[in-house]
Amino acid sequence: MVTLKIDGRKVTVRKLSTILDAARKLDIPIPTLCHHPELSPYGGCRLCLVEIEGIAKPAASCTTFAKEGMIVNTSSPYLEKLRRTNLELILSDHPNECMLCERSGDCKLQELAYFYGLRENRFKGEIRVYSKKDNNPFVTRDMEKCILCGQCVRICDEIQGVGAIDFAYRGLNTRVSPPFEKDLNCEFCGQCVAVCPTGALTGKMWAHKGRQNFKEVETICPYCGCGCNITLYVRRNEIIRISSNEETINEGWLCAKGRFGYGFVNSPERLTKPLIRIAPKENSIFNVKQTNPPLPPFTKVGRGGINNAALFKEVTWEEAFQYVSKRLKEIKENYGPDAIGGLASARCTNEENYLFQKFMRVVIGTNNVDHCARY
Amino acid sequence: MSGDNIKIKICMGPGGIAAGGNDVIEAFKGQLTNQRINASFGEQCSLHQVGCRGLCAKDVLVEIIIDGKETIYENINPEKVPRIVKEHILGDNPVKEWIAGEDYDNFKKKQIKVVLSHCGEIDPEDMNAYIEAGGYKAAHKALTSMSPSEIVETVKTSNLRGRGGAGFPTGLKWELGLRIKSDVKYVICNGDEGDPGAFMDRSVMEGDPHSVIEGMIICAKATESHKGYIYVRAEYPLAVKRLQQAIDQCLQKGYLGKNIFDTGFDFDIRIFQGAGAFVCGEATALMRSIEGKRGMPTPKLWRSAEKGLWEKPTVLNNVETFANIPKIILNGGDWFRNLGTERSGGTKVFSLTGNIKNSGLIEVPLGISLREIIYDIGGGIEGGRSLKAVQTGGPSGGCIPAALLDIEVDYESLAKVGSIMGSGGMVVLDETNCMVNTAKFFLEFTQAESCGKCTPCRIGTKRMLEILERITNGNGKEGDIELLEDLGSHIRATSLCGLGMTAPNPVLSTIRYFRDEYEAHIKDRKCPALVCRNLITYSIIEEECTGCGACKRACPVDSIRGVRKKPHKIDPELCVKCGTCFDVCKFKAILKA
Ligand SMILES: Cc1cc2nc3c(=O)[nH]c(=O)nc-3n(C[C@H](O)[C@H](O)[C@H](O)COP(=O)(O)O)c2cc1C
Ligand code: SF4
Ligand code: SF4
Ligand code: SF4
Ligand code: FES
Repeated sequence: MVTLKIDGRKVTVRKLSTILDAARKLDIPIPTLCHHPELSPYGGCRLCLVEIEGIAKPAASCTTFAKEGMIVNTSSPYLEKLRRTNLELILSDHPNECMLCERSGDCKLQELAYFYGLRENRFKGEIRVYSKKDNNPFVTRDMEKCILCGQCVRICDEIQGVGAIDFAYRGLNTRVSPPFEKDLNCEFCGQCVAVCPTGALTGKMWAHKGRQNFKEVETICPYCGCGCNITLYVRRNEIIRISSNEETINEGWLCAKGRFGYGFVNSPERLTKPLIRIAPKENSIFNVKQTNPPLPPFTKVGRGGINNAALFKEVTWEEAFQYVSKRLKEIKENYGPDAIGGLASARCTNEENYLFQKFMRVVIGTNNVDHCARY
Repeated sequence: MSGDNIKIKICMGPGGIAAGGNDVIEAFKGQLTNQRINASFGEQCSLHQVGCRGLCAKDVLVEIIIDGKETIYENINPEKVPRIVKEHILGDNPVKEWIAGEDYDNFKKKQIKVVLSHCGEIDPEDMNAYIEAGGYKAAHKALTSMSPSEIVETVKTSNLRGRGGAGFPTGLKWELGLRIKSDVKYVICNGDEGDPGAFMDRSVMEGDPHSVIEGMIICAKATESHKGYIYVRAEYPLAVKRLQQAIDQCLQKGYLGKNIFDTGFDFDIRIFQGAGAFVCGEATALMRSIEGKRGMPTPKLWRSAEKGLWEKPTVLNNVETFANIPKIILNGGDWFRNLGTERSGGTKVFSLTGNIKNSGLIEVPLGISLREIIYDIGGGIEGGRSLKAVQTGGPSGGCIPAALLDIEVDYESLAKVGSIMGSGGMVVLDETNCMVNTAKFFLEFTQAESCGKCTPCRIGTKRMLEILERITNGNGKEGDIELLEDLGSHIRATSLCGLGMTAPNPVLSTIRYFRDEYEAHIKDRKCPALVCRNLITYSIIEEECTGCGACKRACPVDSIRGVRKKPHKIDPELCVKCGTCFDVCKFKAILKA
């Protein structure tokens, strides 16, 4: 443990903590744009500068270890001037189009510009112009808004282990890019979107769906048994976007399904009532011929969705259960229990899955039971 | 043919090769064969390609030694070879008018060659030549009779400071490297040399590769490391080739690899070729580059001696730093220390370029005055013009005005006047140089080479460049100088690595010493040195104009009017300031102002 003094207040932190860690422990605000507690130290934005007694130059608090007896000062007219100038420089190479930006109101850069009251800019000059390559279904990359904090690059490499993007070029031309400046082609976990402090990376399905007045609903991701925590941003009973809180079991990380796969919730194709098939399978929408190239996800196929009265009949739960138990019994009698197999779902809880295999083994009498996580 | 021991040494340093050294070698070979001296070739008469001799301005330099009598010829080309062979080698009658003159003597007089002692003397591809010249004695001594801490002590005593730019005491670096225990440790030699115009390290790697390897072996012993890398930019193919050759020769002879000198000590060296980004010369970026990552500096939470390459303790030194080591081990730390000043021992290699007579590679004791370098060694300014400033330290350095010519050249004094030692670039600027333009030139380089990681360097240097561009284009604004100063000191204070921290130096130092030039550009819209095109006007002096019409015919945009034998006139609206009229007028009737 080391003890140091920040802004006159004593604080004790573990060895190898940074000055920023120590200041956060005291809840002292230090502006940062490139720091992320789960990622390797970076030191790119140069906003988190502090003064350390005995050291002539200001130091980046995110990349300086706290040392025993250190005396640190986190704010002074000089430090604020340095921070302000760095912000001013960032904004001199920024489209400044908050009016239309998806992240407005939720943008770290905008917030800092607001706090520092930056309207005029002494450094107007050339700004980057990039052509967009966004044919992928999930991530909009508006790289002119990128401040090169490198969080997306680090998260992709260090947390996701994919390495789909990295820096390219030098000088003002430096940019974050997939290989050979192609469109993004990765797992689409959207981890990069989650950490991006600006509007450079956003969810494609967020566009023009609204930026404020959400109802935030804490819930659990419905997809797999991991049970990641998610926060739904809901408006008029519609999910506008999903994020995940860092202080949860999954530390804020999600996968592509959890983050972007919420389209089913309000989908007209979603099953909301039990259905019994009345027409043979051959006419099912799943038999629609595969197109070449394959259709992108979420394209509606078939004749207006599953609730097609010609194929299915809506029934009550009671009727549905009756039907299922009748058919299972018939099959078991005529063909034996091994003619039946059960596939459970990873979306169910462990308890539900346990009961399901019990049902298959004891009630039906077969070991034909499986699901993606295996029994 | 006179004696039976004839040596011909042909300078094949960067300057020598550029001046046609290869052709001169071929010419000698051809002549020697023609004259039937081939019978004794190799035995009695040998031809050697040698590394840089320094005075590149007079390349190709050729030295002929007959029975120990040395004669140096300058500015030799293949056409001159037959006469030299005929008159000097066969007739024992040196060709007087081509012999290097006073300049060469003066050039050599104040120099002390430690690092460059073999360059230009021995054939860099011949390991035996190096050994004959005392090579590997130091490594042998260090491995067989010195303990790691004794080596460290000797280097500490020598006061050797890193020659890569920052001037960190090498002994201290090694001491820390030794103190930290680890199963794997690395020694890295930094041969990236990205400064435009610098060729110090290149000359050493090409001209005396074994000295670098010997220095690394000694460092490995001192820090108990068994793996080394030499990082060389791929643009230095000859350096790569010579170093690899030297490594292979060492492996064969048992000077590298397992059980060196039968002492049980193992050390291997690999060459890593860099792709030529300036920032990869920065120690942390260089290590990331070897690791296969993007060459971007990483914050120094740990010193390299604690966690460097692949998070293992690493000692990284510059080429010249390593090349000094064998001499220090052989001659003792005190000897080296006494060559320099109180705070920095030894000598430093500089590449002396710009508007100077004897441009080339020089090695001088630290503490020598700039004046001695420029006037005694360099022979003064070309064309009798007057000296304006000396730019030291490459693109990260600053401009030192002529008035400060008597300062001592060492790390502290240069820093005090706003420049740096850097890796040893020295560009001499005379009165025809515009200081604003000079600053712009260096900033163009650094801003383009910024790795883009941190805000002040990536955007700040670009903004400084834009301000300089508008000043030199005649669109400078009131307050621009102050804005440059403010932004410059901001970038210096907040950048992550040395590139950003030093990038504003050329601008800040020229503002400090040549503020009036900046003001002339902004307020008077004039470039006093008549360099910035947009700020120059061409007009015809009526009294001098004979009306010959030469200028009128030459002007590419038809901006000159006039009738024959009457004074002509330039239309300033149409003039594109190409300067053609100025060049063609035989009567000095065009005024450039
Ligand atoms: C932008 C930048 C470029 C550098 N380029 C070189 C270089 O080309 N060669 C070099 O030896 N050191 C270079 N350095 C200095 C190295 O970071 C490091 O300090 C040096 O190699 C250490 O060796 P030394 O102690 O022997 O000087 C550079 C530093 C910076 C910031
Ligand atoms: S990224 Fe932030 S600062 Fe930039 S336009 Fe969007 S909201 Fe505004
Ligand atoms: S895209 Fe976003 S997260 Fe990635 S570097 Fe740019 S600003 Fe940072
Ligand atoms: S100072 Fe420049 S070169 Fe160094 S890390 Fe920052 S952007 Fe990269
Ligand atoms: S948060 Fe420390 S430099 Fe960006």
